[in-house]
Amino acid sequence: MKTYKVYAISDGTVIDHIPATRALKVIDILGIENEGILTIGIGFSSKKMGKKDIIKIENKYLGKDETDKISLIAPDATINIIKNGTLKEKRRIERPDTYIDIVKCRNPNCITQSTGVKTKFRVVKSSPLTLRCHYCERTVEAGEVEIL
Amino acid sequence: MKFKGQSIISIRDMEKEALLKIIETADAVKRGGHKGCLEGKVVSTAFFEPSTRTRFSFASATQYMGGKVIGFAGTASTSVTKGESLVDTIKTISGYCDVIVIRHPVEGAARLASEAATVPVINAGDGANQHPTQTFLDLFTMSERFRDLSKIRVGFLGDLKYGRTVHSLAYALALFRAPMVFIAPEILSMPGYLLEEIREMGSETRQFEALCDIDVSLDVLYVTRIQKERFGDMQEYERVAGTYRVTPETVRALTEGVRIMHPLPRVDEIDVEVDAMENAIYFEQAHNGIPVRQAILGLVMGTIS
Repeated sequence: MKTYKVYAISDGTVIDHIPATRALKVIDILGIENEGILTIGIGFSSKKMGKKDIIKIENKYLGKDETDKISLIAPDATINIIKNGTLKEKRRIERPDTYIDIVKCRNPNCITQSTGVKTKFRVVKSSPLTLRCHYCERTVEAGEVEIL
Repeated sequence: MKFKGQSIISIRDMEKEALLKIIETADAVKRGGHKGCLEGKVVSTAFFEPSTRTRFSFASATQYMGGKVIGFAGTASTSVTKGESLVDTIKTISGYCDVIVIRHPVEGAARLASEAATVPVINAGDGANQHPTQTFLDLFTMSERFRDLSKIRVGFLGDLKYGRTVHSLAYALALFRAPMVFIAPEILSMPGYLLEEIREMGSETRQFEALCDIDVSLDVLYVTRIQKERFGDMQEYERVAGTYRVTPETVRALTEGVRIMHPLPRVDEIDVEVDAMENAIYFEQAHNGIPVRQAILGLVMGTIS
């Protein structure tokens, strides 16, 4: 019998294949730190990725709109929705058209540097992934992106 | 594009048809049409940093069309000094006028203002980002001389790296797929991402380091100021600025009939002797700010349909 380092959940969402050490950032972006019981696994061995992180969220089913928010930091993550101990849905992350309050604008003279203004970036190019700030219109490539 | 009730924030929000509509309306206004179209309307000029030409031209444009102007220039006498946020200031001003014209030193401020306002907002410059009405008047001035904007070849000269007027105008011309030539020292050349974008939109582009190297004809030479502060070494600045100075000899060496444009203010990048040449249209260009801004104000307030 296969032994698991993180126990199985009967109801909730499992986010697998998160790049190693990014699990806490994923929780932060999803804003689920106070959403009940979270089990976090960091640095598991993975055939595909070498090392990976896993998050299990009990009794909460994350929608596609929510999980797509993590596409910048965990583009290859897989989402498993578990109901009554059975895998009900398995899906991949897809890139949204707009990132709201996720990416920090690198322009020091952008209005989003002021408190209270949520950043908003639109995808203007998919390869290489390039985002444009909705406010100051500066572009940033995925490799230079700073997550809030 | 429906103009009534719309904010004018960035040239990136515009389509070619909208630009043509603005040009057509400005032309009608300049010929004496739409007289009194702003009667009973109040335009608020919220200028969070100093400006002479843009603020005066919006105020003059409004008053010639029968409207009234309220506003401030600089934040010293406003609640901003008490710590009021931009959003609160704009929400409040929205209740006092029919349209807000904003200039702000921070990039993206005009977009944020348009999201907070209950009346249309017109961006009159947000830091180094956008100044769309400048682009409209540039296009209008060109359209008065050249019927088809897709056929003209514009040469941009000077600071092409930081100049917002150059970036916006080049983008607008790319909507017409017009060919463009960029002339600048390497350290002030057009940003690569913008060149790529313009090419992808269908414009043919060429780059040169000196005016004398150009091997194609130009319909317009659009000159911009090379700013001292971009150079660490003043000797290097003097050398570069001298090389890019437009004189009567420079103009005569270019295509016959080439039009010289400049967003102003000019320092010494165009010799004053050029002013008397038929090629120089930069003061006319500045004066076109009136009919173009009248057209925009009328369109967004719905008094011109």
